[in-house]
Amino acid sequence: MVPLSYYLVLSAILFACGVLGFLLKRNIITIFMSIELMLNGVNLSFVAFASQWHALSGQIFVFFVMVVAAAEAAVGLAIIISVYRTRDTLNVDRVDLLKL
Amino acid sequence: MHLALFLVFGIVCVAGAVNLLIQSHPIQSALSLIVVMASLAVEYLLLGAEFVAAVQVIVYAGAIMVLFVFVIMLLNAGEEERSQGSHIALLLGLPSLLLVGVLLAWSVTHHATDSVRVGSLYGDPRTIGKLLFTQYLLPFEITSLLILIAIMGAVVLASKPEVTPVGPASGLTTGKEK
Repeated sequence: MVPLSYYLVLSAILFACGVLGFLLKRNIITIFMSIELMLNGVNLSFVAFASQWHALSGQIFVFFVMVVAAAEAAVGLAIIISVYRTRDTLNVDRVDLLKL
Repeated sequence: MHLALFLVFGIVCVAGAVNLLIQSHPIQSALSLIVVMASLAVEYLLLGAEFVAAVQVIVYAGAIMVLFVFVIMLLNAGEEERSQGSHIALLLGLPSLLLVGVLLAWSVTHHATDSVRVGSLYGDPRTIGKLLFTQYLLPFEITSLLILIAIMGAVVLASKPEVTPVGPASGLTTGKEK
């Protein structure tokens, strides 16, 4: 028997780690991975609440979140490749101009 | 028993997440993210969400992370360059970190929630599939459209830009060339 709050705390810790990585990291790929970490933290609380309230719609929602994350990863990584081609860098501090 | 499993894999999960922050090479961050996702799959299994656990391993730890590792290898990403952190982030971040910590500690100690019974909810593929293809059919179909658009977008964005002939007309707009 694991209390629900334990799952929520784990989810909050994961989300906080994701936010920290998003703010502190300078590599654009690592920033992207931090976003995935945040999505995972949210997914965990979705599944925990689904178990708590006996509602399977929470797990369905997790499925949709995963689908959107996959689409986001595909498009985002393509954008990263395109940025690297034009700027020759992965450091976000150097990518600060809209125009080349 | 379940609590022990939860704690062990929760600690592995948090350790992976912290390792993601500490490591400066992106490939090591990616590998620790895979650890996080695999241990999260165990947590889902503990909650009775079999389908979600399987999809977590197949889609997240499999497909998405392979994509990440592939891009890191493709771009030959090296060590991260350290840069000066901004003072605003420090000024805003530390108080909000404290606030969230206090809030978390308070909610854990003061709000004793009901325990989640393991296996009380059967999120097996049959039940989830039935729900997906009856009640949630429209969102499911819309996501297929989304995936299609994402594939096309990724192909267009990642493809090599065509070499356009530089004519005299284009010299008007691009006054400064570096």
